[in-house]
Order: sequence, then C-alpha cells, then structure tokens
Amino acid sequence: MAWKPQGGGGPWGSGGGNSGGPWGGGGGSAGGGNQPPDIEEMLRRSQDNIKNFMPGGFGSGRAIALAVLAALVLWMFSGFFRVDAGHEGVVMLFGKHVPEQDTGPGLHWYFPAPIGRVEKPNVEAVRRIDVGFVAAGEASSSFGRPTSVGRDVLEESLMLTQDQNIIDVDFTVQWKVKNSGNFLFNIREPEVTVKLAAESAMREVIGQTSLENALTTERELVQGKTRDLLQDILDSYKAGITIIQVQFLKGEPPAQVIEAFNDVQSARQDQDRLKNEAQAYANQIVPTSEGQAAKMIQQAEAYKEQVTKEAEGEAKRFVSVYNSYKVAKDVTTQRLYIEAMEEIMKNSNKVILDQNGGGVVPYLALPELQKKSGGQK
Amino acid sequence: MSKTFTAVLGILVLGGVIVASSALFTVSQTEQALVLQFGKPKDRISEPGLHIKIPFVQNVLYFDNRVLDLDPPTEQVILSDQKRINVDAFARYRITNPLRFYQALRNEREFRDQVGRILNSSVRNSMARNTLGDLLSEKRNDIMLEIKNRLADETKNYGVEIVDVRVGRTDLPPEISQNVYNRMRSERVKEANQLRADGGKAKLTIMSQADRQKTVIIAEAQRQSEILRGEGEAERNRILGEAYGKDPEFFAFFRSMTAYRSSLAGGDTNLVLSPDSDFFRFFGHQTGKK
Repeated sequence: MAWKPQGGGGPWGSGGGNSGGPWGGGGGSAGGGNQPPDIEEMLRRSQDNIKNFMPGGFGSGRAIALAVLAALVLWMFSGFFRVDAGHEGVVMLFGKHVPEQDTGPGLHWYFPAPIGRVEKPNVEAVRRIDVGFVAAGEASSSFGRPTSVGRDVLEESLMLTQDQNIIDVDFTVQWKVKNSGNFLFNIREPEVTVKLAAESAMREVIGQTSLENALTTERELVQGKTRDLLQDILDSYKAGITIIQVQFLKGEPPAQVIEAFNDVQSARQDQDRLKNEAQAYANQIVPTSEGQAAKMIQQAEAYKEQVTKEAEGEAKRFVSVYNSYKVAKDVTTQRLYIEAMEEIMKNSNKVILDQNGGGVVPYLALPELQKKSGGQK
Repeated sequence: MSKTFTAVLGILVLGGVIVASSALFTVSQTEQALVLQFGKPKDRISEPGLHIKIPFVQNVLYFDNRVLDLDPPTEQVILSDQKRINVDAFARYRITNPLRFYQALRNEREFRDQVGRILNSSVRNSMARNTLGDLLSEKRNDIMLEIKNRLADETKNYGVEIVDVRVGRTDLPPEISQNVYNRMRSERVKEANQLRADGGKAKLTIMSQADRQKTVIIAEAQRQSEILRGEGEAERNRILGEAYGKDPEFFAFFRSMTAYRSSLAGGDTNLVLSPDSDFFRFFGHQTGKK
C-alpha cells in the first residue's frame, strides 16, 4: 500500500528508519512502523471473512457492524501496556510526546497503534561505559566481538598531561536516565555521546593536571572534575542523563616507562632503607657509648671514694699510732723500729759482714742465694 | 440489491482508508519534516503529531530533530610551536532549518562529508595559532569555543545549529611519543638516582653524627672521671696532710717503717748487713754500742 518517501522512515513516523539508539532501552515497546497495514489488513480480512461466511449475504449490515465492533474492541484491548518496575512509560500521540500521560510502573492503557505509542526506558538502571579498555566478555566497539579477557584500548587511554607527559588512564562512567523525555527525544546514540563526551572531558581535566598529581594526590579531584564537566556537556545537549560517577580503574604511567616509575618507588624504598640502617647504627652506637661513659664515670667515682676512704683510714691509723706514741715517745720509736726490722730480717736472706775483720775478701755467691730464696718459695 | 450495497460500501471504506493513509502522516517527537510537492519544498513541519498532506501529490521528508554527532576522522595538525599532534575533534549539531538543510546538503551523509571537512580545517586553523602548552591548559576551552564559532559561522547557511565542538583525543604522533617516553624515563632515572644518593647521604650523615656523638660522650665521660679522680686525690692529700701534719718527724719515721715493711718484708730480699748497724747495736754488746 504505502509509498516510501526518499527521506527518513515510514510515514507513520516511528523514526526507526534513521535512528539507531535510544529505542533499544525501551524493550518490548508497542508499535513499530508496521502497525497501520495490519489494521487495514484486519479490516479487509474481516470483510473477506464476512463475505466468506455469508456468501448469501443474508445477515447484511448488522453482522458487518457487529464484526467491525468486535474488531474495534479487540483493537482497543491492545492498548493495554505494562510498565515494569524501574521503567517509565513515555506516551506519544501520533508521535508527539504527551508528557501528562507519562506513567510509572504498573498496568496502563493508551490508544493503541497507530494512534498511540509507548516507549518504556529503564530509568533506574545504572548504565556503565568503559573508556580506555574493554571489559572481559563485552564486545569491543572497534572489533565487534566479545573478548575473553579485558583489553586495553591504548588510543583511548593514553592522554597528555599538563606537563606534556603521557598517562595511561582507564575509567568507567556510571550514568542513568534523568529525564526520559529528553533522553529519548533529544539525543541520538546516547551511549556514543556519553562515551565521546566522557573521553573529551577526561582529556581536558587531565590536560590541566600534572602527571605527578594525576598519579597521586589529585586522583579524586580529577574524577570529580571530570564528572562535573561531563554533566555540563550532557546538560548542554539536554540529554536527560545524570552522571553518577566517574571512576578511575587505572591511572598509571604508560607501559613503556612504567619500569622507570617503579624504579623511583624502589629508589624511595632504598632511600628509606639506607636511612633506617644508619638510624639503627646510631641507635646502637650512641646508647653503647653512653653506657661506656657511665661506666667510666662510675669507675672514676669509685676511685675517688676509694682513694678518699683509704686516705681516711690511713690518716686514722696514723693518728691513732701517733696518739699512742705521744705518751712514750722514745720507747715507742724504738719498739716500732725494732718490730719493723724484725719482720724484715725474719724473712730475708742475710749476710753479715764485719768490715773491721779485714784481710778476708768476702765472696758472695749471689746466684746461690737467689736459688735458695727461690727454693724457699 | 443489498449485496451490491455491501460491495460498494466495502470498496468505499477501502478507498477511504487508502486515501487517508496517504493523506495523513505523523511526525515523531524526534523528527521534523519537510513536505515536498512534486519534489519542491512546500511546507516545513517542526511540531510532532498528526499532519495532513495532499495524497499522491505531496510527499514528506523526515529530518532528525535530535542532537546529532559529527565526528570526522582524526587529523594531524601542526601547532604554532611546530609540534605535530593528532587531533580528534567532534561536533554536536541539531538541524534547525530542514528546508535550508535540504537545499544545501540534501542529507546527513552529505553533511558529514562537507561539514566534517570544514570542522577539520577550523581545527587546523585554530590549532596553528596555539602551542601544545595552550592546549594543555585552561585555554583549551577558548580554543574549542573558537572552533565552534568558526564552524557555526561557516555553516550558518546550512540550517544547522552547532551545539558544541569538543576536542577529544590530542595525541602525539608515535615518534614524538617516543621522545616523550624517553624524557619521562630519563626524568625518573634522575629522580631515582637522586633519591638513592640522598639516601646514601642521609646514611653517612646519620652514622657520622652518631660517631661524633659517641666521641663526645666518651670525651665528656673522660673529662668527668679525670675531675673525679683529681678530686679524690686532692681529698686524699688533704686528709693525709692533715693527719701527718701533726708531727712531721714521727710521720717520716712511721711512714718509713711502713714502707720498709711493705717493700722489704716479702722474703725475697738479700741483705748484706754490717754488724755495726744500729739494728745490731746489742749484737755482741750487752749494753749496746754507743
């Protein structure tokens, strides 16, 4: 029946002819562009049926009216639709969005095709877009087949930093539908849009951050800034999308130089190690020398006490002796002298020579004497 | 009679449906339409909903009403500092005037071709006046805005609104990337060496400080102990001096006796004595020698 204009889709304006994206989310939506021929065919068929059933044409107009009514009722019944939890029913009348008819989850009715049409996008689901890598088991955009392990997409993940270094960033963007009307009707290919915008936003933010900071202290900040920028971009498209989170999965130097970066880490540890070694040495040697010093001082202290005490003892002894000596000076001197001599003589080898004897040359066998004394010991 | 009537009614209904189906058309929320009469643009429909046209004479062209993307292939550009980079810019646009759009470009593919080229040349021109440093700074925004304005200006007759132009990837060509990697690597090597050298320095510093401390502690202890010893000896001298000072003569005698005893009484002494000595005063003299 209907002709096809050279422009876009079918005359019933599903938009399906030239659009790819957002309808995919709807899932099981009523109506495509092919509904109208069905109706026509239905009518025609019902007429054929009437003719077939009533070749004699006896029942006439009443039977036809009944059949048409039945068809109408059936058709009206097809207007019921169910919106699942987390989804939203976006209702269109002749392709025009009727916001006041939009519904939440539940069973609803609206004019069936070709008059009405319902899209049911999921507005609760958090959708995820990976940038810089392809997660395991997902089809890569460039090759279109699933990969068994995650794969890095370097052309996406390598970025220039402010100090003109290169950083390797993998991140995911979590987003969901904020305004289903805008989401469905304002942007084509939302996935692609979000991804491109996310990449661009991340590059812009990284481009204003130094490598050092991006790798360490400003990670959080970069994520936050990217999120905000991405939200701004999408809002400027009126995309009806909320960015929930931008999250770094990897932010590291590129593979070509990562060894050098790791070496810096190990150098840092070497530095700490050297310091610790030195500290350990210091911790050992200082207390030891302090102990040694304490010992020296104690020894000196001891010496001082010792010397003093000895001197005191010696002094006391002398004073005692002196006091007794004072009583009988001569006798005591004599006695002390004799006692001392006695003691000395008693234990010594003695040779007494009378020099007045004359004539005889005395012979002193000193070694003999030594031996004798040695034997005595 | 009634049979004919039924047949006529059927044909009428059928005909009515066919005419209606080619006279009525819907424009979806995501679209806008252009009604052509024998190929000549007649009417522009921007409101979605149900619309009427003359059957068989007019036909309808649909254009997207959404924000569309234009992402021409990556282009190598030369910056004002003679650095070459690969720039991937993309634009978002919306068809605002389908009539102009149709007249100028016919369809989106044509648009992509033509405007993609314009976008790339805008990018080239804008980049050529900026350095890589500019691109990696807040100036990036201005550059993107400039490209957007330039593009909007050059496409103002195409019936589109340029919503946004953004620079996506800005990558260095491989050989320059290699230079960057080399520089990054050498910077890290430098840093690592510096760290290790600092570590060595710290180690030597800490150890020699400890050694110094040790020396000082020992020397201090030496000093104190010498002082203590000196004090002890001084005290000894004082005490003994005080005691012996009572009678120096007796001290000399007493001390000598003590010294004789301790030095000679060990038993290993050989004495060669004269009987004339004082000890032998009574040796052979009952009354003692005088």
